[in-house]
Amino acid sequence: MTRDEALFEFLLRMGDNTLILGHRVSEWCGHSPVLEEDIALANTALDMIGQTQLWLGLAGEVEGKGRSADDLAFRRDAWDFRNVLLCELPNGDFGQTLMRQFLYDAWSLGMLDRLKTSSEARVAEIAEKALKEVTYHLERSGDTVIGLGDGTEESHTRMQKALDYLWPYVGEMFEKDKVDEVMIAAGIAPDPADLRPRYDETVSRVFAEATLTIPDGSYVHKGGRTGRMHTEHLGHLLTSMQWLQRAYPGAAW
Amino acid sequence: MTRPATDQVWKWLAEVPDPEIPAISLVDLGIIRDVAWQGDTLTVTITPTYSGCPATSVIAMDVEAALRAHGIEKLELKRQLSPAWTTDWLTEQGRAKLEAYGIAPPQPAGGPSRCPQCQSTNLERISQFGSTPCKATWRCRDCLEPFDYFKCI
Ligand SMILES: [Zn+2]
Repeated sequence: MTRDEALFEFLLRMGDNTLILGHRVSEWCGHSPVLEEDIALANTALDMIGQTQLWLGLAGEVEGKGRSADDLAFRRDAWDFRNVLLCELPNGDFGQTLMRQFLYDAWSLGMLDRLKTSSEARVAEIAEKALKEVTYHLERSGDTVIGLGDGTEESHTRMQKALDYLWPYVGEMFEKDKVDEVMIAAGIAPDPADLRPRYDETVSRVFAEATLTIPDGSYVHKGGRTGRMHTEHLGHLLTSMQWLQRAYPGAAW
Repeated sequence: MTRPATDQVWKWLAEVPDPEIPAISLVDLGIIRDVAWQGDTLTVTITPTYSGCPATSVIAMDVEAALRAHGIEKLELKRQLSPAWTTDWLTEQGRAKLEAYGIAPPQPAGGPSRCPQCQSTNLERISQFGSTPCKATWRCRDCLEPFDYFKCI
């Protein structure tokens, strides 16, 4: 695997995470419990779609086959997506959506903070931009997890249930394969495992305040970032997200 | 054609309103990073506020339309991500215009310093987000008016 082949894969992973999670969060638009939360979720989704344009735009450039960010987003099928499984899981209730966001934001912040000093300048400048937005997202998702976890009996129960369901998907974000090895050797991206201590520190602090307990068990659901196997949920998401470009290829605003 | 001085071009750009907050100009917002001539081509460098801000493409169109209207024929718009835009780049004039318009300008403390309507400092945050990616929603506990706060990033 050449440097650029690995870089392309790495950029797909970054861009597919933000694309798929961004799309998921956008599904809340018009359905949130209160107007302020609706606006907040829509804005979070918007930031992630914006980051997607940067990551997938660069992926297309590195690939060198003339594919744009839109081509990559709308004209690949499920098996070509490289997002972690966490990002494609259904929204569930509002608490589950915010728990998923928190688990992702905490990883994203650590990753972007390291990518800021990437040896690849185009990666570093996207990370610098995205880091500011993700810092803000993490503040909100963390505060909401605390508010709902340490809230009413009902909200606490739901948040614990969400954590129990989502936690086995966390480990995939710290997996390492051939792509990562090339990225590490080239100084482009960190060893995913190096991000784990800071991550554990962040989530432990928030869960302690939220009176939530990380479930026992070490089983990790994975296969998304390598493309080996996605969940059944991704295909359903794509049918909705890609419908227009599938029905009217090349349609433009 | 003669090449207008870059100072002149900056003056023209200072008259182009931000599409989402028309009370301030693109120059006030601090997103025009550079204006330079390269041969007979005018290069304008623009940095996005938020990566997903839907106004970004409208801003590029507005800049192009304004400069073409002033007779610029060869124009190149460049996007610059780094250094990332910060609210520190809002001009003093821009901050004053925001407040007069009813939007509290960004503060390093992370929240508005006073109500843009009645100047009270008795405030509460309603939401970390607002009507555009760059704003949050606050309320004045004295005059009870909700207002937009320009987030500090
Ligand atoms: Zn007031």
